[in-house]
Amino acid sequence: MATTLVQNLPQLDSLFASCREIAEDPEFAVAKRWLEEHPGTKAIGCFPIYCPVELIHASGMLPLGIIGAGNQIEVTYADSRFQSFVCSIVKSTLELGLTNRLKFLEGMLFHSICDPARNLSSVFQRNFPDMFVEYIHFPQNFASPLARQYLATEYRRILDGLEQRSGHAPTAEDLNRSIGLYNRIRAALREIYRIRTETPHLISAAESFVLTRAGTLMAPEDFLKMLERVLVDLPGRPTRPKDRIRVILEGSFCELPPVGLIETLEQAGCYILDDDFLRGWRWFTEDVPIRENPLAALAESYSERACYSGTKHDSREAKAAHLIRLFKEKKADAVVFQAAKFCEPALFDYALYRKALEDAKIPHLLLEFEEKTWSFDRARSEAETFVESLLFD
Amino acid sequence: MAQGTAKSDYQGRIHNLQKDMIGRYYSRLTAAAENKGEKAIYMLISGNPVELIEAFDMIPVYPEVNALQLAAKKQSLPLILAAEEMGYSTDNCAYVKADVGMYFAGRKTPFATIPEPDLILCNYVGCNVYLQWFEHLQEYSKAPIYNLDVPFFRTNASDPSEDDIHYVVKQLEELIEILERMSGKKLDYKKLQRIMELSGETGELWSDIKRLAQQRPTPFDAYFDSVMMMAPLYCLRGTEDGLRFFQQAYKEMKQRADNHEGPLPEEKFRVVMEGPPPWPYLRQFRDMFSRWGAVAVASTYSTVGGIWEFGFRHDPQRPLESIARHMLQWNLTNRNFIQRYRQIHDYVKDWGADALVIHSVKSCRLFSAGQGDMREYFTKQLNVPTLLIESDLEDPRYFSEAQLRNRVDAFFESLEHQRMLVNK
Repeated sequence: MATTLVQNLPQLDSLFASCREIAEDPEFAVAKRWLEEHPGTKAIGCFPIYCPVELIHASGMLPLGIIGAGNQIEVTYADSRFQSFVCSIVKSTLELGLTNRLKFLEGMLFHSICDPARNLSSVFQRNFPDMFVEYIHFPQNFASPLARQYLATEYRRILDGLEQRSGHAPTAEDLNRSIGLYNRIRAALREIYRIRTETPHLISAAESFVLTRAGTLMAPEDFLKMLERVLVDLPGRPTRPKDRIRVILEGSFCELPPVGLIETLEQAGCYILDDDFLRGWRWFTEDVPIRENPLAALAESYSERACYSGTKHDSREAKAAHLIRLFKEKKADAVVFQAAKFCEPALFDYALYRKALEDAKIPHLLLEFEEKTWSFDRARSEAETFVESLLFD
Repeated sequence: MAQGTAKSDYQGRIHNLQKDMIGRYYSRLTAAAENKGEKAIYMLISGNPVELIEAFDMIPVYPEVNALQLAAKKQSLPLILAAEEMGYSTDNCAYVKADVGMYFAGRKTPFATIPEPDLILCNYVGCNVYLQWFEHLQEYSKAPIYNLDVPFFRTNASDPSEDDIHYVVKQLEELIEILERMSGKKLDYKKLQRIMELSGETGELWSDIKRLAQQRPTPFDAYFDSVMMMAPLYCLRGTEDGLRFFQQAYKEMKQRADNHEGPLPEEKFRVVMEGPPPWPYLRQFRDMFSRWGAVAVASTYSTVGGIWEFGFRHDPQRPLESIARHMLQWNLTNRNFIQRYRQIHDYVKDWGADALVIHSVKSCRLFSAGQGDMREYFTKQLNVPTLLIESDLEDPRYFSEAQLRNRVDAFFESLEHQRMLVNK
């Protein structure tokens, strides 16, 4: 599908509809077809949030976003491994593995984002001994220059492991080529987000979400062509502004909300100017510099030009202060905090944000979700009540 | 059949000694809170670098220890509810909620007044909640924070890499600079070496005590009695008092071992305990096992702050490197599940255990998320009878006594039955 999509890109509406199909496909058909067309190429799954995909790509492998199973599969086996109080994405990702849906992958990369994700990495290692399973420890001491030096050594370790699986040891040039490619993808995504903030009627949050998600499930070269096409077509889109409140959305940085939930929020009267959906795939606020030592450049970028995230603890600017600054920059009316059920990092952030938002008299709404949710009636009525209270205040 | 009357009530001299010493520690905290004492450094239990704090005559404050004391004294629920009023979720760690509740209630507890932090030292070892906990305390107190980032022990290698050790040692040097600025004096290296020596000897004794539990009967319960020894291990390690406590503890335990005295009238089942205890109901929980003659010979919880029984010692000749190794490798929380499985397996083999009991707590996902896989591994791959039960370490609302007792009873009944069949 991706190949035909790219060769003969349809109009925006149907392009977004195709993206939604790709995003909601628990069988990864597009990625599998691409791998069949490129025999000998292996694929590596990336668990949220941020993964240095350039390392995988430069090793000659295909990085794919393995981010739970949405509301497409029933969790049957993973429930016996992870308790009822553990978030859905951990269980549904394991379920994908236990039902052999990840057999086409060479490996999985996990990251130091939270306790269940870390334990999931071990559970993968034990249950799928043939898989290349690695765990990246991202530094948390951003006040010290030591952090980026450490991270470059960590990237070297991961790259060594990837090389063994791919049989290809990338040169600095290979790495820089991959950084360049992903720089272009991230720049295009930043542009789409800029358009959303300035002219939110041109592209909805649900559309940019399915577009970004589909991009994690196809070859980056194909995704880039798709993004470029979207950027050409967006300004001429015949859509008109509506009377909606302007919100920024936080708290959905890991488990993916159902597309229907995002649509519900928008239909209830919200323009979502900014969000943290799939933030790890957009991660940098500017291009990663092309340097002689690409690993050092990637590591430095993690501490010097990366997004804020619930799982990054940067003591240089307090999280709550950062959110309030973002709110003012975007000229938003409110903050919607949309946290995955049982997601401890997001729920901790909420406690911190709520106090700060109340002190700053910024209206806010808390919505909890699960990836497997089907019905959005409750969210709709909560969001509508919230929007009305602001519109007719 | 369960022996309804068997209760373990071992109360040696060390219990009184522990009370005295921890009482004095809390008096120091209160003095610091009233600005009459030392500078207060907030730290986390796991792999703590308390030696450096002692070297500057500052006082370590462990919010986890305070939270568990609140729970054990049945004071935690109103504080948890106050934090939930503020916006904390029912799904957030209740240690944090009790601590935040206590912070906003004026930091007064039945055992001490907790001082405001002079430095928030987030010695982040494993648990991601630590980062958030201390981030929140920083936001509320506005005290300076240092995130001492300890890379997770994440590979299958037997030791952490040189890069990881280097990274932690360099951060310890940054920390020393901060402590020098705070105290206005240079690090006294000789003093640090002496403290390391005390920690080394303390670790040696603690390891010896744990090894005594390999005997039959074990002279103490390596879960319920170990927790009594953990407070001195963290709050007093690196001091003469701390060493004296462990000398006395070893003496008592050795004597009991020589006399073949155990914590129960009869040791019928030897178990390994995994997971933190339910502090609000410690006594009820213990009795559920005692009535079956079940005693813990090893526990993972007693290794959150450090693992000494496999040979690690603080080394006065290489203080920073050995502190770094303690943080990176020699504590439970910085280890992955595979390494924890190995540690439990070693306990089962070398401490001669009949079964594994997993106490899964909702608050601590570092410990618990994925323990179903652990049960699967031990029962199916290793044929170790395994019981998985759920409650919480801090929040009394999650302790369902009748339900837990039923599960425990059914488990030991079946073990007893199997034993009868084998002995027929």
